[in-house]
Amino acid sequence: MAINSKIPAGDLEKKWEDYKGHVKLVNPANKRNLEIIIVGTGLAGASAAASLGELGYKVKVFCFQDSPRRAHSIAAQGGINAAKNYQNDGDSVFRLFYDTIKGGDYRAREANVHRLAEVSANIIDQCVAQGVPFAREYGGLLSNRSFGGTQVQRTFYAAGQTGQQLLLGAYSALERQVALGNVTQYTRHEMLDVVKIDGKARGIIARDLVSGKLERHFGHAVLLCTGGYGNVFYLSTNAMGSNVTAAWKAHKQGAFFGNPCFTQIHPTCIPVSGDHQSKLTLMSESLRNDGRIWVPKKQGDNRKPTDIPEEERDYYLERRYPAFGNLVPRDVASRAAKERCDAGYGVGASKMAVYLDYAAAIERYGKIEAGKQGLDNVSKDKIIEMGKEVVKEKYGNLFDMYAKITGENPYEVPMRIYPAVHYTMGGLWVDYELMTTVEGLYALGEANFSDHGANRLGASALMQGLADGYFVIPYTIGNYLADEIRTKSMPTDHEAFVEAENKVNARIQQLMNIKGTKSVESFHKRLGKIMWDKCGMARNAEGLQEAIAEIQALKKEFWSDVKIPGSINEFNPELDKAGRVADFIELGELMCKDALDRNESCGGHFREESQTEEGEALRDDENYKYVAAWEFVGESDWKLNKEELIYENIKIAARSYK
Amino acid sequence: MEHTTINLTLKVWRQKNASDKGSFQTYNVKGISTEMSFLEMFDVLNEQLIAEGKDEPIAFDHDCREGICGMCSMYINGRPHGPWHGTTTCQLHMRAFKDGETVVVEPWRARAFPVIRDLVVDRRAFDRIIQAGGYISVNTGNAVDANAIPINKKDADNAFAAASCIGCGACVAACKNSSAMLFVSAKVSQLALLPQGGPERQTRVLDMVAQMDKEGFGSCTNTGACEAECPKEISLENIARLNREFTAASLASEE
Repeated sequence: MAINSKIPAGDLEKKWEDYKGHVKLVNPANKRNLEIIIVGTGLAGASAAASLGELGYKVKVFCFQDSPRRAHSIAAQGGINAAKNYQNDGDSVFRLFYDTIKGGDYRAREANVHRLAEVSANIIDQCVAQGVPFAREYGGLLSNRSFGGTQVQRTFYAAGQTGQQLLLGAYSALERQVALGNVTQYTRHEMLDVVKIDGKARGIIARDLVSGKLERHFGHAVLLCTGGYGNVFYLSTNAMGSNVTAAWKAHKQGAFFGNPCFTQIHPTCIPVSGDHQSKLTLMSESLRNDGRIWVPKKQGDNRKPTDIPEEERDYYLERRYPAFGNLVPRDVASRAAKERCDAGYGVGASKMAVYLDYAAAIERYGKIEAGKQGLDNVSKDKIIEMGKEVVKEKYGNLFDMYAKITGENPYEVPMRIYPAVHYTMGGLWVDYELMTTVEGLYALGEANFSDHGANRLGASALMQGLADGYFVIPYTIGNYLADEIRTKSMPTDHEAFVEAENKVNARIQQLMNIKGTKSVESFHKRLGKIMWDKCGMARNAEGLQEAIAEIQALKKEFWSDVKIPGSINEFNPELDKAGRVADFIELGELMCKDALDRNESCGGHFREESQTEEGEALRDDENYKYVAAWEFVGESDWKLNKEELIYENIKIAARSYK
Repeated sequence: MEHTTINLTLKVWRQKNASDKGSFQTYNVKGISTEMSFLEMFDVLNEQLIAEGKDEPIAFDHDCREGICGMCSMYINGRPHGPWHGTTTCQLHMRAFKDGETVVVEPWRARAFPVIRDLVVDRRAFDRIIQAGGYISVNTGNAVDANAIPINKKDADNAFAAASCIGCGACVAACKNSSAMLFVSAKVSQLALLPQGGPERQTRVLDMVAQMDKEGFGSCTNTGACEAECPKEISLENIARLNREFTAASLASEE
């Protein structure tokens, strides 16, 4: 099957405008008869559900949590980018577009990214109108801060809780549509398959997680807004319930999977403290605005950080990348931390950590504050005290979280941080209209592959989720549904629904009947270890081949020895988790296969075979300037389809932050 | 941080489903690292239960495990989210407990939050309260430029502080009357403090309070337990503001 990205013709900056001007429309009377299913209620899902409900479509929205407000977008900390240029510092749509393409190491599609940059400003307007309380200056206008991979201040934020505020904004818009009767909401429900009729997505099989019962739901179109698959690594900054199941079921029904190996390892997370660790916690990238990252110059230095004098510290990011310093993109910062730790300069009990130090920032802010208040001859202690207050206002909730988790006071001693799995750039392949290779099946937000190439810039995930939901899908879905106005709602006793439900039911029965000896959790941990060791921050052909064999063996063992307590028709979180882990195992194999196939280093994908003498990632544009769109053929069998990436507006170059 | 291991006796509420009567069961956990979170300690216990195969693992709500999604909800030793101030259950760490201690764990208890299983309760009443008016009616695409609405920093900061509510329901669990006033007042305050919330200010507070009453939450008697136990330290001032808003709206609506 050939893939067609359906990128509109014409000049880059006119494509979206032209598209909107010519796209098919659906009249209001017909919208009332068209049903749309949305799975997932994070930024993409909630904003899409609200916007499509407002337009008059009949929407059903599903989430596995007890409320749509709990989707993991809620945990995003630092901010959301927008090309507003409120700071007058040279920002523009083109700059945001350019930074995103470069940040993604030239592996994203120009047209999609440009559209993202174009609608970014509307997102901020929409959110403010909804009552999202962004940070403001004393003059009452919005405040901005810097994020990695850019040299302008275009990030809007709400303390360290930007995702929470944006999601609650979208959630309230969604609840309003529920109250108006335009959207029906199904919480504690999980999608377990896509139903296809005559090649088109026509509904889903969902499981009510409280009763355990399977349900059939019809839709003229199905939108997957189900987030990323970082939990394939077991330990990640994702929520415990974040999973790939919906996307994976879609993949097995014919939706191609784009660039599955593109994983973002975030440089600033709280390090692992022991085998009991269930998840990792991010310390926002915004902390790199003011914090300085360092390790001792001496290997195995066991002194307390505060006892190590300035000249014996190696601020390795500032040393290696003077132009961007501590604000290099995430992939670069993560690899640099790994390099120092692997070379024996790591700190803390595990030696797998580096320092993120606020001492200099506290002093700097203290002096500014003293200046503002017109104080002379202020003691150093007083300056530090005032500086701490400023830092507390900017980052207080993050510092508190660090203190609770580690038991250390980050206002006094530098934080210890280490990279952790955070985001997946890969996802379901979609065309310009966000449609997958299955007609009528769409993927939005982190669930699709489209905008971030091989590395996502900070504060761009929130932007993409809301762009897709508020401003892209309301236009593009009309282009499909305009031709569906004659399709009547199908009764769910249609044989395709019966067959799909039987298949889902058989799999659940099979899982329950294994009655083995090992817990679901133990398999998930083992999968995570294989993935982290061999498909993590650095990858090589030998390791990836081993990983594929190990994952295949693990899959066999899982299906013959997993132990799931309880029964099917009850609230049974172990059973829910078993289905998700089974899907993660299959995905893990595809990720390794993709990583093996891509014998170049780009963005978050670092192949040890492909690096410069200085250890920087070495891209191979001649052979790999494409999106790998994997087609499911059968068990452990995939076919690679390539979408060539064409750069007409950006001169493709080696990515340098030096 | 110094890390040690402790042993604990847990008394956990077990209830198979909404219609089951439920009872406490006692479990022993050994070798718990003080670096663990409270939920990781429950993971250890559940793995133990699965291995033994006698009792089913304990169902509890949890998701982000970083204190922001509002899903976790354990009533620990008589306090929602346990002994640490301003902390969700997932951020409570085992440093808070002593070796040999007995810890009692229950679900949120309120008529409006029926138990689904063990420590899991149904909090959909909160969604319905938001549906009654916890929003600004602005369709996508209707917005003016974000900086066209300057907002006094103090009001913006106060709105943000109110908006940081995570909707976990600890306020209800803490309240002897099972009142949801802190939750409702946080949303009412956020939107009342912002100019964008102006047009619907009066209907919002009346509709949300009416829905709160309909769901079976109790009355507020200003005891302040909600504020004391709120993991996000939402202030009682919000309840005072809600009362003012409610009075003003009631008087206006009688005209």
